[in-house]
Amino acid sequence: MAGTRGYVNRRLHSLLGVIPIGIFLIQHLTVNYFATRGPEAFNAAAHFMESLPYRYVLEIFIIFLPLLFHSIYGVYIAFTAKSNLGNFSYFRNWMFMFQRITGIITLIFIAWHVWETRIAVGFFGAELNYQLMEGILTDPFFFWFYLIGVVSTTFHFSNGLWSFCVSWGITVSPRSQKIMTYASIIVFVAISYVGVRTLIQFAYGA
Amino acid sequence: MSENKTVTFIITRQDHPDEQPYEETFEIPYRENMNVISGLMEIRRNPVNANGEKTTPVYWDMGCLEEVCGACSMVINGTPRQSCTALVDQLEQPVRLAPMTTFPVNRDLAVDRSRMFDSLKKVKAWVPIDGTYDLGPGPRMPESKRQWAYELSKCMTCGVCLEACPNVNSKSDFIGPAPLSQVRLFNSHPTGELNKSERLQTIMDEEGLMGCGNSQNCVQSCPKGIPLTTSIAALNRDTAIESFKSFFGSDQRI
Repeated sequence: MAGTRGYVNRRLHSLLGVIPIGIFLIQHLTVNYFATRGPEAFNAAAHFMESLPYRYVLEIFIIFLPLLFHSIYGVYIAFTAKSNLGNFSYFRNWMFMFQRITGIITLIFIAWHVWETRIAVGFFGAELNYQLMEGILTDPFFFWFYLIGVVSTTFHFSNGLWSFCVSWGITVSPRSQKIMTYASIIVFVAISYVGVRTLIQFAYGA
Repeated sequence: MSENKTVTFIITRQDHPDEQPYEETFEIPYRENMNVISGLMEIRRNPVNANGEKTTPVYWDMGCLEEVCGACSMVINGTPRQSCTALVDQLEQPVRLAPMTTFPVNRDLAVDRSRMFDSLKKVKAWVPIDGTYDLGPGPRMPESKRQWAYELSKCMTCGVCLEACPNVNSKSDFIGPAPLSQVRLFNSHPTGELNKSERLQTIMDEEGLMGCGNSQNCVQSCPKGIPLTTSIAALNRDTAIESFKSFFGSDQRI
């Protein structure tokens, strides 16, 4: 049915944000967290991920295609909204707007991040290791760029988890939605810590 | 003492659907317990603006004057609500009145809410019992269900939830929260339930459920306190189940 195509795309957008993109995000932040155990541990973990079998298939179907769909459709969603925070400054309306703003920030950040640490590395044969990330993140501009990018990504994922539960009819009652709000805040704080701690490790070696 | 007290209204006016809106200020004598509509009636009785110039009377819609018909909705000091229950004593001065922006303006504060009635027709927000003979009494409805369904039936199609929704705008086709909640109401009715699948299929399109972005302004703004976001989430669950059931084509529609 042609009429339901938009609806299916919207649901797919919501699903892809959690599976596989959200799962990949957590895995990615976890592998990076090895940096806190020193350069050798990070290099070993990064090398393990790099040497996974049929790596390109995994990258294309688990990361790039879902991400591409989610981001292109997401930009469309973001620009069909018309902010009205002035007259309706409710918590959920703020989250609604932040979800769209962080979506755009995350898109810019990820585009740059993929270019810098995957495509450029792949083309020019540089090695992806601790030193590469240390080189990027000791530059104060890029440290703040990455910090904003990572926190915006973790926010977008955590709040997206909340709206995923509503969009799929998992949390229906106001009470369940409230509990999910608290749960998403905990997720946000936890994965933001993992991400930011890794950035500080690369930048300051602390 | 109170004879000299006045109330200032700053009203966004528009002479014709195709003309540009403009603001006009009115200063009218204060009366105790007056609501916005009695203020507008005073302007209609003596259409002279704050500069002392004679002008056309301000036009607005009204019906029941007790917040059940939904006709007199307008934006009062930035908030969409019914002007009949907007008491001047509780409003900040000057009182700013403007038409709702989600709907085309007919004239001054009167807007055309046809799109909402069209949406109700689209989702078949009724129980089809018309026929050529008496169908007899329908099935009974559990009291617990009747209680929450009654809350949904309080919708008066006033348009406030559409006005509050950031996703109901000129860039989107979203029909808004009110008609969606009516789908839940008529799907909960024991006879209306016979068309449940049809209604769910109708809102699984570009104008339906997918337009919701969960800003939840609607439930905060609804003058009747209808649990609109609960309705939307419940329909999200119903349509998810509906789409799983017919994922490989439905046995109902072969």
